[in-house]
Amino acid sequence: MIRLDGVGQVFDGREGRVTALEKIDLHVRGGEFVTLIGRSGCGKSTLLRLIAGLLPPTSGAVQVAGEPVTGPRRDVSFMFQRPALLPWRSVLSNVMLPVEIDKGTGDRGKAAYRDRAHQLLELVGLQGFERRLPHELSGGMQQRVSLCRSLIRDPQVMLMDEPFSALDALTRTELSEELQRIKMELSTTIVFVTHSIEEAVLLADRVVVLTPRPGRMREVVDIDIPRPRSLGQNAHLTEVAAISGQLHALLAEKESGEVRPVDEVRPR
Amino acid sequence: MTRRTMPRRTWLTDSPVAAVVLPIIGLAVAIGLWWGATIAFSIQPYLLPSPWDVVVKFFEQPGYLLQETGTSLLETIEGFLLAIVIGVPIALVIVRSVVLERLVYPLLLMVNSIPKVAIAPLLVIWMGFGQWPKVVMVLLMCFFPIVISTAQGMKSTPTELVELMRSLNASRAQEFFKLRLRYAMPQIFTGFKVAISLAVIGSVISEFVGATKGLGYVIQQSGASADTTLAFAAITLLSVMSIVLFYALVLLEHWLLPWAREKR
Ligand SMILES: Nc1ncnc2c1ncn2[C@@H]1O[C@H](COP(=O)(O)OP(=O)(O)OP(=O)(O)O)[C@@H](O)[C@H]1O
Ligand SMILES: [Mg+2]
Repeated sequence: MIRLDGVGQVFDGREGRVTALEKIDLHVRGGEFVTLIGRSGCGKSTLLRLIAGLLPPTSGAVQVAGEPVTGPRRDVSFMFQRPALLPWRSVLSNVMLPVEIDKGTGDRGKAAYRDRAHQLLELVGLQGFERRLPHELSGGMQQRVSLCRSLIRDPQVMLMDEPFSALDALTRTELSEELQRIKMELSTTIVFVTHSIEEAVLLADRVVVLTPRPGRMREVVDIDIPRPRSLGQNAHLTEVAAISGQLHALLAEKESGEVRPVDEVRPR
Repeated sequence: MTRRTMPRRTWLTDSPVAAVVLPIIGLAVAIGLWWGATIAFSIQPYLLPSPWDVVVKFFEQPGYLLQETGTSLLETIEGFLLAIVIGVPIALVIVRSVVLERLVYPLLLMVNSIPKVAIAPLLVIWMGFGQWPKVVMVLLMCFFPIVISTAQGMKSTPTELVELMRSLNASRAQEFFKLRLRYAMPQIFTGFKVAISLAVIGSVISEFVGATKGLGYVIQQSGASADTTLAFAAITLLSVMSIVLFYALVLLEHWLLPWAREKR
């Protein structure tokens, strides 16, 4: 579904050139859930933006659904770390924004999407809040709205950039479980960036570990724990903990003999 | 010791009734002090008339004074609207092009820095004694804050929202109308609110020179005949006009931008 071949990204920053990504070869199968972990500034967001077509790679090729990526695609949705809701729009019309922007949808189509929006809002426990404005909701609720928005057009691919990192532990667990349910139901392909090793293990079919700047593929770890997984009562705690430990070691360990680049630039 | 970082919320801060009553009390106290001073120091009316004198003066010729108020009001509103019609598009253009911004900004600054009183006579020479020099003066007064605040507002769009629109494949027009302009509205309104008070000042200045109508003219005439009380009546009408216009904008904003209310 997603194919990255020898992808690299170099930024011409104010303080010199920054190599954000180097030699990324990654193949994500249809319906697969891949999580990306790595130190802050290692290029995770950049990688997602490349797949989303928000940024052309400086080297290598990016393909989605067998076609080279030239710009944002209709069947790919992006979810950000922050809710990114338009403050003057109600919950419902925020969810409907992607439909509204896509001029190809007729009135009948719109009505169907509106039903779908209500369905999604119900799914994430926001029924009754359709007419509220974003500032009337908590951060967790706003992020749920954002999740509904990224699901409204039944995307084939969802790119998620630390979507739950600003939430409290409980909400986060809830939303992770919801996401798994949605994913199993819709068989969406998901690339999910996170700082939390546990979250990465809990959600993923495969975890991709990136090295610190420049970001390279350090390791790809398969996770064979049966779904649905949970950190709650019927916990897969032991399995998750075992793999987490392994990933932790991978993240912490310096690559042998590697000299850190001189032109290294502080994160923005 | 604990410090309160948030202002305490009470009936006085939250009730809509208090929102109306408090300004009235503030005004009443100020007028009371004024009145008290005129009595306590037995100040001559030609130096400082008492509030009562001013009210009496108004009712000696209410029709005439209201008519002059109407003249000034019309100039103010016309000039203000013209400033919006010209200023907002200029701001939008400036924001889109760095080159144009660099070309135009110093010019705008220069025009704004001219003392407006100094060009009032020139406007009369250029445009005659009619309404135009007045409207143009109002325009010159409120043009700058409108341009600046609109440009500022258009630049304040959060990058994450821009990125969102991009990821949804929004066209430039959609990004502009559905995001940037909407996001700028509260700041644009801030500019309007600054501008409307300046607009009133502009109309008075322009009526000092080559005018036969308007509250500015009344003030000037009353100066010539040492009728301080009449001047005060006109000034009072001016400030009432200014306040009414300001709150009209506040109400309009409240109604148009309900989402911006809770930003505090
Ligand atoms: N537009 C840009 N211009 C210049 N440099 C950039 C740009 N975007 C990202 N970078 C640089 O590229 C590197 C990777 O950034 P990126 O945002 O992808 O990291 P990240 O892994 O998402 O970090 P975090 O975990 O903190 O979100 C950083 O060093 C950053 O400074
Ligand atoms: Mg990031």
